[in-house]
Amino acid sequence: MQVRRLAAWTALPLAVTLGLAACGSGGNGGSGKSNPNAAVSIQIGEPQHLVPTNTTETSGSQVLAGLFSPLVDYDAQNKPYEVAAQSVASSDNKVWTIKLKDGFTFHNGQKVMSDDYINAWNYGAYAPNGQGASYFFEKIAGYDDLQSVDPDGDGPKAAPAPKAKTMSGLKKVDDQTFTVTLSQPYIDFKTMLGYTAFYPLPKAAFSAPGVLKDSYEQAPIGQGPFKMKGTWQHDAKIEVERYDAYPTEKPKVQGVEFRIYQQLSAAYADVLGDNLDVIPTIATENMSSAAADLGDRYKTSPMSSFQFLAFPTFDKNFSSPDVRKAISMAIDRDEITKSVFKGSQQPARSFVSPVLPGYRDNTAGAAGNFNPTEAKKLYQAAGGPAKITISYNGDGGHKDWVDATCNQLKANLGVDCVGSAEPKFADLLTKVEKKQPVGLFRMGWVMDYPSMEDYLGPLYSTNGSSNYYGYSNPEFDKLVKEGSAAPTQEEAIKKYQQAEDILAKDMPVIPLRFGQNVYGSSTKVKNVEMDLFQRVNLVKIEAVS
Amino acid sequence: MFRYILRRLLQMVLAFFGTTLIVYALMFAGQGDPIQALAGERPVTAAQRAYLTEKYHLDATGVGGFFYRYFDYVKNLVQGDLGESLTGRSIGQILQQAWPVTVKLALIALAVAILFGVTAGVIAGIRRASIFDNSTLLLTLLVLGIPTIVLAPLAQYFLGVKLQLFPPTAGSNPTFYALLLPGIVLGSLSLATALRLTRTSVAENLRADYVRTAKSKGLLRRRIISVHVLRNSLIPVITFLGVELGNLMSGAIITEGVFNIPGVGFNLFRAIKTEDGPLVVGIVSVLVVVYLVSNLVVDVLYAVLDPRIRYE
Repeated sequence: MQVRRLAAWTALPLAVTLGLAACGSGGNGGSGKSNPNAAVSIQIGEPQHLVPTNTTETSGSQVLAGLFSPLVDYDAQNKPYEVAAQSVASSDNKVWTIKLKDGFTFHNGQKVMSDDYINAWNYGAYAPNGQGASYFFEKIAGYDDLQSVDPDGDGPKAAPAPKAKTMSGLKKVDDQTFTVTLSQPYIDFKTMLGYTAFYPLPKAAFSAPGVLKDSYEQAPIGQGPFKMKGTWQHDAKIEVERYDAYPTEKPKVQGVEFRIYQQLSAAYADVLGDNLDVIPTIATENMSSAAADLGDRYKTSPMSSFQFLAFPTFDKNFSSPDVRKAISMAIDRDEITKSVFKGSQQPARSFVSPVLPGYRDNTAGAAGNFNPTEAKKLYQAAGGPAKITISYNGDGGHKDWVDATCNQLKANLGVDCVGSAEPKFADLLTKVEKKQPVGLFRMGWVMDYPSMEDYLGPLYSTNGSSNYYGYSNPEFDKLVKEGSAAPTQEEAIKKYQQAEDILAKDMPVIPLRFGQNVYGSSTKVKNVEMDLFQRVNLVKIEAVS
Repeated sequence: MFRYILRRLLQMVLAFFGTTLIVYALMFAGQGDPIQALAGERPVTAAQRAYLTEKYHLDATGVGGFFYRYFDYVKNLVQGDLGESLTGRSIGQILQQAWPVTVKLALIALAVAILFGVTAGVIAGIRRASIFDNSTLLLTLLVLGIPTIVLAPLAQYFLGVKLQLFPPTAGSNPTFYALLLPGIVLGSLSLATALRLTRTSVAENLRADYVRTAKSKGLLRRRIISVHVLRNSLIPVITFLGVELGNLMSGAIITEGVFNIPGVGFNLFRAIKTEDGPLVVGIVSVLVVVYLVSNLVVDVLYAVLDPRIRYE
């Protein structure tokens, strides 16, 4: 008894010493021979859903990326190329003909046909199904007929059934071909098809036309490189194994175990202990030691996230663009990304992500460059307020950089600045919607598909879904609209870039940082690659024996 | 005795509904926008908002709305249906999966506390002011001073990652061995308290009149300690451990998070984070039952340990 208790306590200092001695010797994963018969494990959170049209978060999307194969994927330049599609073509960008590649079968043996796409998309768009990704179909003709408006808003009455159950824009030509008619020409439709929402669903998924089986998402049947092994074990894991009839690039591992974690630091400890193979995101608290712990198994790659500060238009204190530019100029982005984020994020001086075709460096111009003297002069000339508040959600680890930003504004503009935390992002949005004074507030954006329009549309257009701050410029809206209706990609990008130039003049938001994937792997895997959507490339990863 | 237990059980029914009402009211009052919380920072489409609002009666607000939703909840509860979480999972099933592992973890922690805490406490009480007594005092103060949020990651890092004596996390369907480290971490706080409590109690009883009498009768020392001292010293310790069992089950939020054990604390944490009212109420209701039952067991045990106590 006595001895055991004492032994436990002498073990701890000993452990500290050993632990320190072991530091710095990490690394050198990814050597050795590839073993095609081994499985790998990847960290995810508990997915909310595993129905393609209801999956908008990373964990679900990671699992579905294994079970399904998209119509198009993105190459090194982030331009779309066909995978499950033979061709995606249009002469006017309004009527698109999608021809499916031969040889794709669902995991239950059913051949993939054009009906499987049409049924899945109609299911996703039909409002009463309440699918989270339904807005992806809103560009397709007839989408509005599948929606219905609740007559008394949040009141007790239910919305009436929509006029139609299927979109008039989806037409089957033959078993391998179908056409999609959009309500307006849209140049980036092909790019959009790479998103999770556009996967097909097999006949077995439906219990009646338009009615999805409740049990489907417990063991989704897809047409991708992996098939389900057993069912979704909630809060524990989802296991998939190689689907041998997959017609294109076959995976190099026998299977994948998606292991569910609630805390990233727990997953990180497992990667250090070789108990888990890949952690797609390393938590901020582990960032300072991760490079030393993991050596060359610590990696970064481009990702699309974009962090910025927004000015609510109802707050007249910030209505002058010069005030907004002055605040932007007073922020030293390089310093914050280095000291607070340890280089895991990149400073942003443009309004769209660098991963996009059409991205240009430093479109914010002078306003993006740190210049305290000029900033103070401009701020005083434009009559900026003496007190600035920066609101943020307290549950996302934003306190450190908001405080750092505030300190810079205090020092460089000579104003008073406080960071104000709301418990959750939803609380922050409610305040903004009620036009309560929040000062500046933080926002983030991750793209759904690599197109400039996916930033310009939702974030800065008058009716943009995430334009909570109310920025509106008819000239800008017109250019974005012209861009998406342009006949060629080059012309579209030109229009988008002109629109971005307007943002530089108006400065509706202050770009702060672009994110990147910061991930780690165990010594038992190699060729771990991450895509722009924070997902591990499941076809490339290899197990090392 | 039988009537006493019956009376207590009837009181428990009342207490159970009282707490569900309070917890439901608190969740209701503190609720912001669960639909947006579910979507994170993404915009929520009107169609999805309408669908979820309708499904979970989120449009019923105010006092009337509260009672409408509460009675709806209780009606289903009486029929054994705990409802659905906001992601459409059955709460009954979530609890069914979460409870066994949490109970296992709590029992390991309790066993650690009894095995090490009570034994060491008895030894320290007998050898008062010895080196053993003083060193356990120091160690228990140390353990009581370190919060679990520090102790758990430290133990994980050194014993799990660096020395690899234990698996760093337990995961789902853990083996006994994988649960051992989290169990020790979880139980360390109760261990320290149990140790102090036993030590004081034993030390005090050793000076009691009946012990002196037993000594002068010439009884064996072993018999004096095991029968006369221990039995009387255990009464406060049993009270403490009985309540502690409930604490260990509900208080495992941090430990379960650090060691990735999908138990009750793990689910409670997520439910609070996503403002999932029905799930929080479901978990807390079951926790209340655990507390009530463990208190009843403690009270019944009193009568076994102390013949002076009689229940009518």
